[in-house]
Amino acid sequence: MAAVATFDRPAPRRLFRRPTHPTGLWDWFTTIDHKKIGLLYLGTAFVFFVVGGLEALVIRLQLGGPNGHVVDANTYNQIFTMHGTTMIFLVVMPLSAGLANYLVPLMIGARDVAFPRLNAFGYWVFVIGGLFMYSSFLFGHAPNGGWFGYAPNTEKAFNPAHNIDFWVFGLQILGIASLTGAINLIVTIINMRAPGMSLMRMPIFVWMTFIAQFLLLFAIPVITVALFELMFDRLFGANFFNIQAGADPLLWQHLFWIFGHPEVYILILPAMGVVSEVLPVFTRRPLFGYPVMVFSGIAIAFMGWGVWAHHMFATGLGPVAKSAFALSTMFIAVPTGVKIFNWMATMAGGKIRVKAPFLFAVGFVTMFTIGGLSGVTHAIVPADTQQTDTYYIVAHFHYVLFGGSIFGLFAGAYYWWPKFTGKMLSDRLGKWHFWLMLIGFNLTFGPFHILGLQGMPRRIYRYPSGRGWDFWNLMATVGSFIIAFSVLLFIINAVKSRKGANVAEDPWDARTLEWSIPNPPPEYNFAEVPIVTARDEVWHRKYGEDEQGRPVPRSVPDVPSEPARLEVSGNGERELDVEEQPEEEVREPTAHDLHIHMPTPSYYPLLAAIGLPIIAYGLMYKAWYVAVIGALVTLASVYGWALEPSTEPEEPEEIAEAGPAPEPEPQAELEPAPESAAEPAPTGS
Amino acid sequence: MAVTEEVKTPDSTPEEALAHPVTSTGLSNEKIAMWAFLGSECLLFGALISTYLLYRGRSVVGPFPHDVYDIPYTSVSSFVLLMSSLTMVLALAAMQRKDQRRMRVWLLTTALLGATFIGGQVYEFTVFYRAGLSLHENLFGSSFFVLTGFHGAHVTIGILMLLSLYTMSAKGRLAENRVETVELIGLYWHFVDVVWIVIFTMVYLVPGVK
Repeated sequence: MAAVATFDRPAPRRLFRRPTHPTGLWDWFTTIDHKKIGLLYLGTAFVFFVVGGLEALVIRLQLGGPNGHVVDANTYNQIFTMHGTTMIFLVVMPLSAGLANYLVPLMIGARDVAFPRLNAFGYWVFVIGGLFMYSSFLFGHAPNGGWFGYAPNTEKAFNPAHNIDFWVFGLQILGIASLTGAINLIVTIINMRAPGMSLMRMPIFVWMTFIAQFLLLFAIPVITVALFELMFDRLFGANFFNIQAGADPLLWQHLFWIFGHPEVYILILPAMGVVSEVLPVFTRRPLFGYPVMVFSGIAIAFMGWGVWAHHMFATGLGPVAKSAFALSTMFIAVPTGVKIFNWMATMAGGKIRVKAPFLFAVGFVTMFTIGGLSGVTHAIVPADTQQTDTYYIVAHFHYVLFGGSIFGLFAGAYYWWPKFTGKMLSDRLGKWHFWLMLIGFNLTFGPFHILGLQGMPRRIYRYPSGRGWDFWNLMATVGSFIIAFSVLLFIINAVKSRKGANVAEDPWDARTLEWSIPNPPPEYNFAEVPIVTARDEVWHRKYGEDEQGRPVPRSVPDVPSEPARLEVSGNGERELDVEEQPEEEVREPTAHDLHIHMPTPSYYPLLAAIGLPIIAYGLMYKAWYVAVIGALVTLASVYGWALEPSTEPEEPEEIAEAGPAPEPEPQAELEPAPESAAEPAPTGS
Repeated sequence: MAVTEEVKTPDSTPEEALAHPVTSTGLSNEKIAMWAFLGSECLLFGALISTYLLYRGRSVVGPFPHDVYDIPYTSVSSFVLLMSSLTMVLALAAMQRKDQRRMRVWLLTTALLGATFIGGQVYEFTVFYRAGLSLHENLFGSSFFVLTGFHGAHVTIGILMLLSLYTMSAKGRLAENRVETVELIGLYWHFVDVVWIVIFTMVYLVPGVK
């Protein structure tokens, strides 16, 4: 299939020798393989999850009893700001991005994403943005304005140190990561699907990711403008949020929540996608109402743009605006409710196998329902006015973001672990993890409802005794340590799994394309690009139906009598080989063996990302030359990137590695595979 | 450019695949990415223009827009920028005819027109600054300079891309079949022009409240 064509492209000029076959650690720094980048995202985000969790424990220790004295007010502000910012921008978003990176190409039958180097760039910008923001602790000025950073409260006049600058620049850097990731995944899903993978055959996880990326594409620029204006105010004395100059105190809130509410769906839609993949596998039924699931996701995304002002009911918007946003907020519960009924209908009458991924998925559905119901109470303006800035709000968004997103993502972690690593996580430990986390979660965040209705305000670092808040605060603190312990079980489970036996490629008897290839998948994913004939393609390769519509396994001897199957997949053949000689270690053919040209690793994404925090430090500390150096690093890297081809011409033999590297012939071998070998335009793709 | 190709199957010949790599839609990845990026840019400029409109007539001290705006002057520089879209189209047409020499002429013309616009903007900023309008003077100054400066930065990036393309072509490093590279840079350039039409109308032409 490797058709070779000559192409009169001149040999690229280069600053460095390109890392064509890096090994070890260096491989991870230069990789552009979507699977490795996906794992990097997941691993890094999990580290941030632990850090953000430790910050939460500090908060709970401080508030465990009246007159807490673990931290002072200033530190407390920094801790709760960093907890929120971390969990949203450095945990849930990159965990979703990591899953999408790893799984979307596999699920749609592609060999990589549309822009592999842009993908690596997105990851490095995320890491560097996160480290930049955390470097604020070294300077003693961690962000302290809340994850929402309300201006004018975050203006220089009220917050003169560099705390907010770290937040402003950190989020702008992270925004670049999200934007490039969104463009990359959108193009991948539109353009890189295997033959036959029509839009309505795509796994629901791909659909939800697709929708979330559109939300990112349009929401990120809005917060970028808000941050940009705040940056101009703080660095150059502009007046965007200066009330004395006549500025509107609500401008920030509008811009922030026009981003912020779609952001909520950016956080939850991928987790909904995960749950929609897990439930059908463990109930052995197709997802109930697939098209309705797709369209309700699209409906949520559209309506998500019209509800932002429910975050601002206490600001005096006027009765017309309040009524309109109250209505739209109630309406958005409809497509969400539709999804919940679809999940329940999927489970109803299914042959349920209670495994850890299934438990977490059910945990998602139940906890998210509770969070959704308390969300509907915010739509009622008088009730919301009472609840604003109390712990009731904190309870609500933890039920949707922790009870929702995090439970959903853990369902995904248990479900796809064998795909990522080739090993199984212990189901027993997984169930312990689930039950402890469920109990700890409800013990922590359930009482917040009561505390909020009793009037305990958010963001206070200390409270007096005798208000009736002591008991429930203590319970919440106990619960938070149970959660921490359950996460520890997950880490132990992950470490122990390394010693486990390798599992076959389809341990769950699953439905989607990623389960048709080995664990972990080879670099090129699919030896032959699969041809898709149905939704739940892999399931239909394994099972037919009897008269009552019940699944009947296609017996192995049937396989040769179905030449179409052999032709289309190539996987059937390999499955047979493995079953005949289960003991023999079969070496996976490399991309080279199969004449598949994969994109070549590159230094430039990492280098381009390194320039960004240098610019930020330079601007913050008004060392202009530092900012210029950072800009030059990024600009030079972008040029180097644009001028090197995505895929290097293959070297004739490995011997070419040694000795003075011969400049490649001015011709490139390209092949008509779906991953575009086309060189990106110097527009910085 | 109208896309006439049908969706390619993996059986397409290598030559076809080189011209258009196999994709689900038949469009190249780069083209869809550029459209997605421009969609995102719409929101970026949209939010900045909204801020300007929100703060129109709310400055507590002058100078106010009618004190500084020189509509005939800005009309001329707007015309220059719009003409650069025409020359960009001519550059793309030359590339499609495989006439790189003429394409370079039009690319350079486009870049020069863009640079003229930027020069005009720098001059305008200087005049406004001398008239007492600065970033921290009032709301008008903040929202005007950030919005138009942000647009100017986009034009400057466009000029850099045009000059890069010019250099690649002049050194014979731009293959004949890379028509789409020129097309995509042109797409960006036209977008920046269209945004200027909106800014010129909303910021300069629509009369101020005061």
